[in-house]
Amino acid sequence: MPDHILLRHRDIPNLDQLDVYLQHGGFKAFEKVVKEMTPQQVIDEVKNSGLRGRGGAGFPTGMKWSFLTRGVYPRYLVVNSDESEPGTFKDREIMEKNPFQFFEGVMIAAFAAEANLAYNYMRGEFWDIAKKILDPRLAQLRERGFLGQNLFGSKYALDMFNHLGAGAYICGEESALLESIEGKLGQPRLKPPFPADKGLYQKPTIVNNTETLTNVPYIITNGAAGYRQLGTEKSPGVKVFCLSGNINKPGNYEIELGKKTIRQLIEEYGGGVPGGKKVKGIMMSGASSNVMVGSDDILDTPMDYEALAAKGGALGSASVIILDETVDMAWMTLKTTRFFKHESCGKCTPCREGCYWMLNILERVNKNDAVKADVDLLQNVASQMVGKCLCPLGEFATAPMLTSLKQFRADFDGHTKDGAKKPAPAAKPAATAAAKPAPAKSAPKAAEPA
Amino acid sequence: MLADKYRSEIDTILAQYPPEEKRSAVMPLLYLAQSEYGHVSPQAMAEVGELCGISSTQVAGIVGFYSLYYDHPAGKRRVQVCTDMPCALRGAEKFADDLCGKLGVKLGGTTKDGEFTVEGVMCLAACDKAPMFQVQDAAGIHYHEGESAEKPMTVDAALKILDDYKKSNQ
Repeated sequence: MPDHILLRHRDIPNLDQLDVYLQHGGFKAFEKVVKEMTPQQVIDEVKNSGLRGRGGAGFPTGMKWSFLTRGVYPRYLVVNSDESEPGTFKDREIMEKNPFQFFEGVMIAAFAAEANLAYNYMRGEFWDIAKKILDPRLAQLRERGFLGQNLFGSKYALDMFNHLGAGAYICGEESALLESIEGKLGQPRLKPPFPADKGLYQKPTIVNNTETLTNVPYIITNGAAGYRQLGTEKSPGVKVFCLSGNINKPGNYEIELGKKTIRQLIEEYGGGVPGGKKVKGIMMSGASSNVMVGSDDILDTPMDYEALAAKGGALGSASVIILDETVDMAWMTLKTTRFFKHESCGKCTPCREGCYWMLNILERVNKNDAVKADVDLLQNVASQMVGKCLCPLGEFATAPMLTSLKQFRADFDGHTKDGAKKPAPAAKPAATAAAKPAPAKSAPKAAEPA
Repeated sequence: MLADKYRSEIDTILAQYPPEEKRSAVMPLLYLAQSEYGHVSPQAMAEVGELCGISSTQVAGIVGFYSLYYDHPAGKRRVQVCTDMPCALRGAEKFADDLCGKLGVKLGGTTKDGEFTVEGVMCLAACDKAPMFQVQDAAGIHYHEGESAEKPMTVDAALKILDDYKKSNQ
């Protein structure tokens, strides 16, 4: 297999330049679908490839495309480049360094959806990526005839724009994202109807993640069977793993699904934990993860959708945060809860109130100003949110909370007046990793951080 | 007035959305207003509302909802340090404290010369380069991070970057 499929810029210098991208087969896949394939054939190819959404939900991409309500136009293709989950920084590298492959994926998807207009919704903080990298390249694609009317002499027309958000994690939820493009508050819609039926401007719309779409040119060029050569039977393909936290070499690593274990990610790619410390917990998909304990059984789990789910985790966006043995889970959940409380959109009560109260209690716990009954109350509040929120954000807030309480209850009790074995220490972050990292034990080929 | 001074920019923004969906332009127009006025004043809200066909109350709702729009003035530039969990695991909280100490402000405060407001913010999708910060000013939003995990951003380097911003005023 080639060294990289998604992070191909690491193998080919200046791949972010249009002529270099064209020299390496750029836009041949788009040309092929426009000239030789029907939208249905493209959908079938992607469906057969087994590609699943890389933004976190893992929904089969081709199946999502096949849900578009028939006969209703115009349709829209919308890219979710909101990338705001703590621990996630992969879409950013793709757009910064391999923008044309990303665009080509968007263009193929738009063709499959029979959409003539595509929007790339980027978090507002990606301002420079939009203004300095993507906007000028879209202009270039219009000039060179890859966007516009009568593409490759066909009747197909497509244009594409970047739309900057303005600092709201909730806009990574697809219906909130659509509301945001419509110029409204980024609050989720009640589903159904799903976007494939009533999406942007109430028209059939496909919303896909940046990384997901960047896979598509490879699938068209090599066929579904070619893509299935990578990864496992149930989890085909490659995934960019964002590695962060207490790790010597944080960064993005493109790995075939199911071919490496968590331990290999930490040791071979990440160069181990600073100071040789033990792994206390692993968050596989950012701040919204179920925390997995750093036991041998967990560390030896292959990283794919099925194996991780079987161990109580999830592949999600593969934003892997490593927590070493010095991390206090009462502090860690204070951080995640503060995030979700800040980002809760306020539309549904369980999330708005639940996050508020969890943070309130956690702050007291972290100030050593709580009793064990407060920790029980924390458990109670989190449990009451589960299954009752309008969108996944509220559920996300409870995931690190409940799994930490279940597996690391002593970290919380240790701060309470009646549960502390000795005078409780004030919760502090470990903050060890910023110290000089130890030299890596082994250097895999993809070792260079972005 | 924005409409007079930035006619071609406004037309370019409006052209990105279907003609009957002018409201979609509210977010880019708010960035434009903020860049012109430093923050989004009631007057600016009315102007933006006029341009995209919604009331100034609806515009105010948008300004309140999204954290990168401000309805009140602060320092000339906002220095926003990510202190979220993955960054905090790599020393971001200490970095933010030390930077504040050198600038003589508390987190959330503005330097005496009115140049910088320093804030702790949520995840900025740069967890591998922690500690890091962004600067938001009239020209947009710009990331500042270390070269790599081995060569992370330091307080001294950050002060130098901020000094360069200040010099660019002249």
